[in-house]
Order: sequence, then structure tokens, then C-alpha cells
Amino acid sequence: MGWPRRVAAGLAAVVIRRRAEAAVEQSAEPDSPEIVVERVAPSTPRRELVVAVLLFAAALGFAAFAAAYGLSASTQVLGASLGIGLGLVAAACVVAAKLVVVQETIAEPRPPIRHPGVGERVEGGLGQIGEGIDRRRLLGLAATTAVAGLGAAAVVPMLSAAEGVGGGTGSSPWRAGTALVDEHGAPIRPEDVIVGSFATAFPKGSDPRELGSPVVVVAVDPSMIRPPRGREGWDVNGILAFSKICTHAGCAVAMLRYPLYQPSEPGPALVCPCHYSTFDVLRGAAVEFGPAGRPLPQLPLRLAADGSLEAAGPMSGPVGPAWWGVSRA
Amino acid sequence: MIRKGTSALDERTGVGPMLVKALRYPFPENWTFLLGEIALYSFIILVLTGIYLTFFFQPSLHTTVYHGSYSPLQGATVTDAYGSTVHLSLDVRAGLLVRQTHHWAALVFIAAITLHLMRIFFTGAFRKPRELNYVIGLTMLTLAILEGFFGYSLPDDLLSGMGLAIAYSVAMSIPVIGEDLARWFWGGQFPGSHTVESRMYVIHVLLIPGILGLLIAVHLALIMVLHHTQFAGPGRRERNVVGLVAWPSYALRSIGLFFAVTAVLFALGGLVQINPIWQYGPYEPWVGTNGVQPDWYMGWLIGALRLMPNFEPTIGGYTIPNPFWGGVLFPMVTFGILYVWPWAERWVSGDRREHHLLQRPRDNPWRTAIGAALFTWVVVPFVAGSSDRIFVTFDIPYPRQVDVLRAAWWLLPPVVFVLTFTVCRHLRDTEVRPLRGWTGRVVARTPQGGFAEPAGADGGTPTVSPPLPEGRSGGTP
Repeated sequence: MGWPRRVAAGLAAVVIRRRAEAAVEQSAEPDSPEIVVERVAPSTPRRELVVAVLLFAAALGFAAFAAAYGLSASTQVLGASLGIGLGLVAAACVVAAKLVVVQETIAEPRPPIRHPGVGERVEGGLGQIGEGIDRRRLLGLAATTAVAGLGAAAVVPMLSAAEGVGGGTGSSPWRAGTALVDEHGAPIRPEDVIVGSFATAFPKGSDPRELGSPVVVVAVDPSMIRPPRGREGWDVNGILAFSKICTHAGCAVAMLRYPLYQPSEPGPALVCPCHYSTFDVLRGAAVEFGPAGRPLPQLPLRLAADGSLEAAGPMSGPVGPAWWGVSRA
Repeated sequence: MIRKGTSALDERTGVGPMLVKALRYPFPENWTFLLGEIALYSFIILVLTGIYLTFFFQPSLHTTVYHGSYSPLQGATVTDAYGSTVHLSLDVRAGLLVRQTHHWAALVFIAAITLHLMRIFFTGAFRKPRELNYVIGLTMLTLAILEGFFGYSLPDDLLSGMGLAIAYSVAMSIPVIGEDLARWFWGGQFPGSHTVESRMYVIHVLLIPGILGLLIAVHLALIMVLHHTQFAGPGRRERNVVGLVAWPSYALRSIGLFFAVTAVLFALGGLVQINPIWQYGPYEPWVGTNGVQPDWYMGWLIGALRLMPNFEPTIGGYTIPNPFWGGVLFPMVTFGILYVWPWAERWVSGDRREHHLLQRPRDNPWRTAIGAALFTWVVVPFVAGSSDRIFVTFDIPYPRQVDVLRAAWWLLPPVVFVLTFTVCRHLRDTEVRPLRGWTGRVVARTPQGGFAEPAGADGGTPTVSPPLPEGRSGGTP
């Protein structure tokens, strides 16, 4: 009981002595006439004890953290023990700050920040560079040119960053006769596509990660399809294929809204989960709702000789998000 | 020892008087002054936890087969970035604690900066001579948002991949240069070259933190040079600073705050799960999931992308893609207004004086009302950013929410403006405090020179009062 108090008292004595020294040095500074508004030393032995107890308890928390680490305890135990230790240090600091150490409020004049005439002096100083020089403008022009050249030389290598992988923007590897395969490379047959569900297909032999590659294959009642002009017959018995990359912001169009009761519910639509652009499957993936500006490009389908699905031609338009020149692609 | 050390340093650098001064630096006390400190302390935690994470994280898109302890991923082909993050989370002792604390610290960092910005804005602390520091602060907020986005894009999980696809589309949507810019950064068409991971990594762990550290140093140095602002009060003038001395009164308080912030962040990191990427799975461009929620500071942008009608004009054969409106123009206008504000206000008010005393929001109804309207303009799309969660939780149809929020985006800010302006002007003119009621007393000078409360409406006799205690606004030091 005795020694923590003595340690605290010793610490307080050190603090007070240091304060006094600082005050002496301070008063020797003529340019900072601060006024002490309030100065209180609020400490009591009990408060000092509280701080000490909090700090010892914090050490226990840290020890508990180390032990938990040694025992491979869960993340929760690690976080809780470390949090408790740190929280106790915080509490000790705040108690010490508000109730133990000297509370001193001072009023100090604001340091002046403006220096009259400094503009002229800097201008004059910088201007000395032209002293005794006849062809100032020529030298100025030459220096500016050199700096501009250096800037260009510094920037040019950055252009190498454009490596140009993944084909032209908006392009797609699909051509007439490209087989539709699944993630494992197996061909997709019409009977694999279930009405009310969708499959994801890739062009055989191409990089599936290319934006132009993935298509979503949907099966609907063929009599309900209302294709845009020129796209009649792009389905195989109601099986349609569209680019899976949203034309708004490039997310995968990963949801199919399919009516459970045809007469009263909206028709089948592909929905992007990022910003909920909704594309009407029956009308060539026209935008029905949401921010997308273009329909999903459609891939014409036909049956290959072996009865599996293949592309009957290229995509109907540029794939993926739009850009400045998208309408010329 | 301190005496000898200081002397030794002083004899070699001459910083002695500066140290003495630093010990006596006055800190005006107000709880809102702590918001910036919370941001600073979160940054320190971010750097420390971030360094730890770099010991385990592999910034590479090279693929391997997963053989860790998380059985649902057994045998899956994953990138090193994803696999090492899962390994760090589930198989490295204290790895998940540090990773989650890092993520929580990022959220708190940006939240604290945002609240700090609002405090600075609504109290007029950005006025001359502090415009430079205001601009530095805004720049740090911009960088912090970018930094956070790159941070959660690094693990190459499904959420980060979807976020990057959107970022790519937003970059592509910039008129004229968008396509070249996006292909330049990604090294080709999205998902781009493998080098994009290294680029994001060096930006996240070196470039932006380095710039942030530098700007923080300048930010703090400028505060020291100009000294803190303060609210008006007894003895608090334009020409002085009244506050607790730095050592020990204030320093211990601030160290306490540092440990409190650290305690909360580590407790969150240990107890509240965030970004469980092993559940999300690795990213492939053809995979998507519903209910995607970005970090909170991206909410206003995803909401703006969602609220924008499908307006994608093609003029003369050139297209302005839809993500430009919500993803580029909207944040540019918001930050543009904030960046030019100090000069715009100066120009309109014609006030070119220095200001060191803060204003209460009511003291400047125009600024407060415009700020509140701007805030509303940002908050409405922020709500739209979680419209899908609102649909799941409250069963309010998504399209209906979009209709309402689209209208609110443009109708609510003027309403908020008028309301705030009216309330501020009323408060300023009457000095009524609605929460406390009227606490003053009316006194009148008597012909004899004393003070008395005049007779009430009931005609009671006047009572002579003792001299009033020093008031809030009329006092002297």
C-alpha cells in the first residue's frame, strides 16, 4: 500500500519540478507573454491509486492476449483481451489527465503570420538571376523548353503500362461455328438448358476471362419471343444466348427473373446484381429497368452437327460497358 | 537525462526553444476538435496493421490450387492474392484479428475525416488564413477513399472483383480519354493484365500512404504555425488562444484518446466480422452475387449509379456512357463545390479578414443551409446504395424506392436548405436554446444607477438583483 503512493508522489514531484523549470525558462522568453488563466493540481492519493490499478489491470489484459495467442485462442478472445488492455490504458490516461496531473489553462497571443513587404523582397531576390544578362528572354525560353522536354521524357515511359492484353475493347471471340462449352469445357446441348433457369457458356478454345467470352443461355417458350427486327431465328427452340457482362458497369448478369405464373407476372428478364439493370429476355435483352444504356449483345445460336449448341454468327454488338467510341465499334 | 539529452540536441540543431514552446502550446478544448485526432490515430493503426499484413499477403494473380483449412474451397483454383488472404485469415494466428482491425480502422478513418470536414465546414474554420489546410484536408479525404477502395480490391475475392469491374466501367465512361485511361491502368481490357494487382498493391501500400503521411505532416505543421481556432467565450478573442497547455494537461488526454481509438478498433477487429472473403469466393468475370454492399464510403457512388436513369446520349457518333453521371460527374461536382467553397464564400461575402474565432452553425445561416443541402444531396444516393438491403429487410419494392429516391435527390435539398436557413436565422436572431429554454432574466437600469427586474405583467414590485455573473458572451477574462 505504501510504495505505489511513494512512486506516484515521486513522479508527481518530478512533474512539478519540470513544470517549474519550464515556467522559469518560459518567463525568460520575451516574445511569448502568456497568461496563466487557471492552474490547479487536483491529485489525491486515491486518484493516483486508481490510475495505478488501471495500468496494472491493463498489463493483465495484455498478458491475457499473449496467453491467448500462445494457446491459439479464437480471434474473438484475442480481440477482446487486447481491446480490454488498451481500453484500460485509455481509462488510466484519461483519469490521470483530468484528475491527477496539473491542470493549466493559458491564454497566449496569436503568433503574427504576415510580414509586410515580403513579396517585394522575394521578387527582388529572385530577380537577381537576370542581373548583367542581355539575352534574358532567349535564356528563359531555352530553359522552359528544356524543362518541358524533361517532363515529356519523364512521362513517356509510363505509356508502357498499356500492355494491351484481352483484345480490343468491346470485342468478342465468338464467330459463326464457335461451340458453346461450360466451365469445364464440355459442350452444351439444348436439353442441358432448363426452362426457368440459365446456364453460363464460353466459346470453345478461348480465354473464359475475356469480357467478350461468357454468355448466359436461357430457355423460354419459343412462341413468346418477340425478337428485334433482323434477329428472327437467333434462338434454338426458345433457347437464347446473351453476353453475360452488363452493358452498364461490367458486372456479371447473374440473376434470372422468371415468372412463376405467366399471365399476371412480368416476363423473363436478366438482372444485374450491382445496379439492378433489368433486360427483357423476350425482346432481345432490351433494357426494361435500371441504368444500363444498351441491351445485352445477343449471340445467334444454331445446332451443330453433333446436336450441341454453337454460335450462328458474331455478337450483335460491342460487349461490356460503354465508352466514348462505343457506337463506332 | 532529459536535461542532458535536450542540451545535446540543442547544441547540434538549435531546436531547444521550439521544444520549450511545444510543451506550452495551448489546445483549446472542444469535443469536436477530437474528430481530426481520431482520424490521425486511425491512420497510425492502419499503417501498423498494414505492415503486418504485408508479411503474409502475396500481391499476385498467379493461380494455384487451394489446400488450406477451409474445406469449402478445397481443390478450388485460386489466385495467390486470394489464397494468401484466406490463409492469413484462417491459418495465421492473430492474422484475422489484424486484417479485420485494418479494415475497421479504414472505415473509422474515413468516417472521422468526413465528420472532421463537416465540423470545419459548419464552423467556418476554413476561412482565411486556413484555406490551405482545408484544401489539404479535402485532398486527404479523396486519397483516403481511393486508398480504401484499392485496399478492398486487393484480395481478388468476388466482392473486390465486382467493385473493380464497376471502377473499370466508370473509368471507361470518361469522355474522350476514358477508354485509353482504363486500358492503360488495367494493362488492356478488364480484367486486364496480371500486373494490375502489383500496380494496385504499390499504390495501396506505398504511393497513397506516403502522400497521406506527407500531407498529415504539413497539415499538423500548419496548425502549429497558425495555432488552433477557438469558439468565442470569456476571454477568447481573435487575437489570442486560450487552452490547456500541451504538457501534461492535454497530452495525456490525447494519449488517452489514442488508446481508446485503438481499443475500439481491436475490439471491433476481434469481435465483429468484416469482409469474410472466404465466404464470397474467388472472382471470375462471369460470376456475380446478389446483395453486394461495398464499404460505407463507396455507398454514395453505388447509389448514384443506381439512381441514374438509363440516359446514355450519343452525339455525333460519340457516346457519354451512363456511369459517367453517377460515378464521375456526381463526385466531381460534390468535391468541386467543397474545394472552391472558401473562395466562393469570400467572393460572395466580401470578407477578406483573418478569422480565428469559430462560428456556430447558426451564426452563418447561408453557409449552414447550403452545407446541409449539399449533405442531403450526398445522403440520398447513399441510401439508394443499400436499397436492395432495405428491400430484403423492410419489403419495400426496389423500383418504388428508386422512384422515391430519384425525386428526393432533387426535391429534398431545397427543402433542407429552406428549413435549415429558417431555423438558423431564428436561432441567431433570438439566441434561444430550444433544449434549455430561456434561462436569462430581464433587468433594467434604475434612475438611481442600480439594476432591477422590471415589474411583471401582474404589476408586482420590482426586485433589485445582485450583479449578474459573467455571461457567456459578454464576459472579460
